[in-house]
Amino acid sequence: MSDAAGKRPADPARRTTLKVLGASLGAAAFARAAAPLTEWSGELSVAEFLQKHYRELTPDEMKAVLARIEEETQRKTGVAVSVSDLRPQPGVKFGYALNLSICIGCRRCAEACHQENNHDRASHNSYIRVLEMTQGSLDMEKGNATYQHPVPQPGHYYMPVQCQQCDNAPCVKVCPVEATWKEKDGVVVVDYNWCIGCRYCEAACPYHARRFNWHAPQVPAEEINPNQGYLSNRLRPKGVVEKCHFCLHRTRAGRLPACLEACPTGARVFGNLLDPNSEIRWVLQNKRVFVLKEELGTQPSFFYFFDE
Amino acid sequence: MSATVPEPSVRHLQSYPRFLWRSLVLAFDGSWAFYLWMATLTALALVGFNAWAQQVVGGMALTGMSDHVSWGLYIANFTFLVGLAAGAVMMVIPAYLYDDHEMHDVVIIGELLAVAALVMCLAFVTVDLGRPDRFWHLIPGLGRFHWPVSMLTWDVVVLNGYLLLNLHICGYIIYTRYTGRQPDKRWYLPFVFISIVWAISIHTVTAFLYSGLGGRPFWNSAILAPRFLASAFVSGPAFVIVTLQLIRRVTGFHVGNGPIRTLFGIVRVTCLLNLFLLLAEVFTEFYTGGSHVSAARYLYFGLHGKNGLVPWIWTAITLNSVAAVLFLLPATRERLWLLDLACVMTFVGVWIEKGMGLIIPAFIPSTLHEIVEYSPSIVEWKVAVGIWALGLMTFTIALKVALPILMQRVTLQRDEGTE
Repeated sequence: MSDAAGKRPADPARRTTLKVLGASLGAAAFARAAAPLTEWSGELSVAEFLQKHYRELTPDEMKAVLARIEEETQRKTGVAVSVSDLRPQPGVKFGYALNLSICIGCRRCAEACHQENNHDRASHNSYIRVLEMTQGSLDMEKGNATYQHPVPQPGHYYMPVQCQQCDNAPCVKVCPVEATWKEKDGVVVVDYNWCIGCRYCEAACPYHARRFNWHAPQVPAEEINPNQGYLSNRLRPKGVVEKCHFCLHRTRAGRLPACLEACPTGARVFGNLLDPNSEIRWVLQNKRVFVLKEELGTQPSFFYFFDE
Repeated sequence: MSATVPEPSVRHLQSYPRFLWRSLVLAFDGSWAFYLWMATLTALALVGFNAWAQQVVGGMALTGMSDHVSWGLYIANFTFLVGLAAGAVMMVIPAYLYDDHEMHDVVIIGELLAVAALVMCLAFVTVDLGRPDRFWHLIPGLGRFHWPVSMLTWDVVVLNGYLLLNLHICGYIIYTRYTGRQPDKRWYLPFVFISIVWAISIHTVTAFLYSGLGGRPFWNSAILAPRFLASAFVSGPAFVIVTLQLIRRVTGFHVGNGPIRTLFGIVRVTCLLNLFLLLAEVFTEFYTGGSHVSAARYLYFGLHGKNGLVPWIWTAITLNSVAAVLFLLPATRERLWLLDLACVMTFVGVWIEKGMGLIIPAFIPSTLHEIVEYSPSIVEWKVAVGIWALGLMTFTIALKVALPILMQRVTLQRDEGTE
């Protein structure tokens, strides 16, 4: 490029001085612009940064990770929690069915999820959204997820939607780093310490089942549920994706999901699809069952049915 | 860079570091106008960098995105810029496949533009990550690279591959010109031909990223990849037409009218093709009707009283249509300012159409048919402007190094002579 300052003979010394001045100003401005990052690096631990993928951790390494998370939680919130890593039980594949004839749309399931899973209080996050649907239509376009009135309303039925734990899960397919996968018992899980937060899974999920931690979730210390699982309801870091995990810290220990226990009408049926004597199998064999958006080929483990 | 004859390799050991050093000097030495331009871009880039730092610390809550609209301005710009990078191939094809000699002389400008556009692409993806500190999880071998199943891993491969290809081609040509030798065809021609196919692939893969999602009817269309390519071949040539004239005016680098005429001929057709593909898409959506059309209805006309994207898309359609007419007018062939006007219009038009007009509506209504709108936050705008400034800095520096060497104003002989 031609030199435009041709009118005056350039004074090399002055030019160098100006250049040095400019470079120092630039460096100072850069340091100032980057200043917030120093605060961030303070909250990151080396052990967390270098932590391996869930499925590469040896039992001993896993033990250390769980202890570290417990210690960090204690330090940050003052609450003593226990973080478990329950593995799938052999011969178990979880299934869930929901009776649309008796669901009254009270959203107690969503509230129970909110409490059980240590969701952010301010945004009132939950893995369950309840749609108020119009009688005579299965079209969600005619549904409403933000209703604020007494339920049930005449002319409507209610359809709670949460992760469908698909056998052919689009979210698992798209994840670029295998931070989300399907476990042997059918639960699609997220390693919160591996997710890079690209949110491709959120774009891919046809059921709006995934949530992103836009900021670190805030739960008052006295409301924190101390019974936590590594792949489920432990306090999530900011910037990662989370989702319904069928309360695996409960269900893998033989208990029922929190949303089922909270349901006042008994609309929810949970159990082992591989057990021919389970209630869920009875529902699948005797009720007219359907799955959401079957045409997408996602093969959900979550079923809906009507009584009559 | 090794050589078959042992003698020149010794020379490379001395001349290559010297070339790098000379490039560095060229990049940071210039006129007052150059300093003013670079200082402005640096300031903007730093504002963006600071906004990103705040976003990293405060969380992505500082953006306008939500669980309903989980991608926004960043991915919109990313998509457009992949197109800009791919669009540069419209100079490579005439230069190498049709032996257009005049184009051959300036083709490196297009390749350098691709480099700058790719730098911006990678930056836009990075700022969209919730956990940029875990970037290494994406590195094959180190992390867990979900290839070939995840289309995003394909995108990582093709974008970085295209970046390396262009860096190699440009770097090799500039270096050999600096040393005063004839470039050895074996060292760059195969890569040029690979880069042509590769350019198509980067935008195809980026389209597949979206079109493969069954849960998003607005994207789930086979026409998406062809549309992406058509619009890339609009924005790329449009940008280069204006840039070539600027380079001619500012640097004294010889740019004939031939390349501008060729690119004009290309953009005249691709602009119409782009509009045609849009029409085909719109027809299928609206004539079919049903709930499949909800997103398109939201985009073009608004849905249930929500119409945040309507002004955007009609601005884009107007800009692209007027530009298409201008490209066809005989007067535009005589007056360069009319051509430039049309180029700027369609560049902005495609930016909207490929960005806000393509990424956002796929999320509205959401997969449970809720309508939650999105508009970028101030932090997002700052970061986006900062990345554009970074890209323009990259492009400026690349040209600043390349052009004096290509013009033989700066050569190894001269540098050795003055010592």
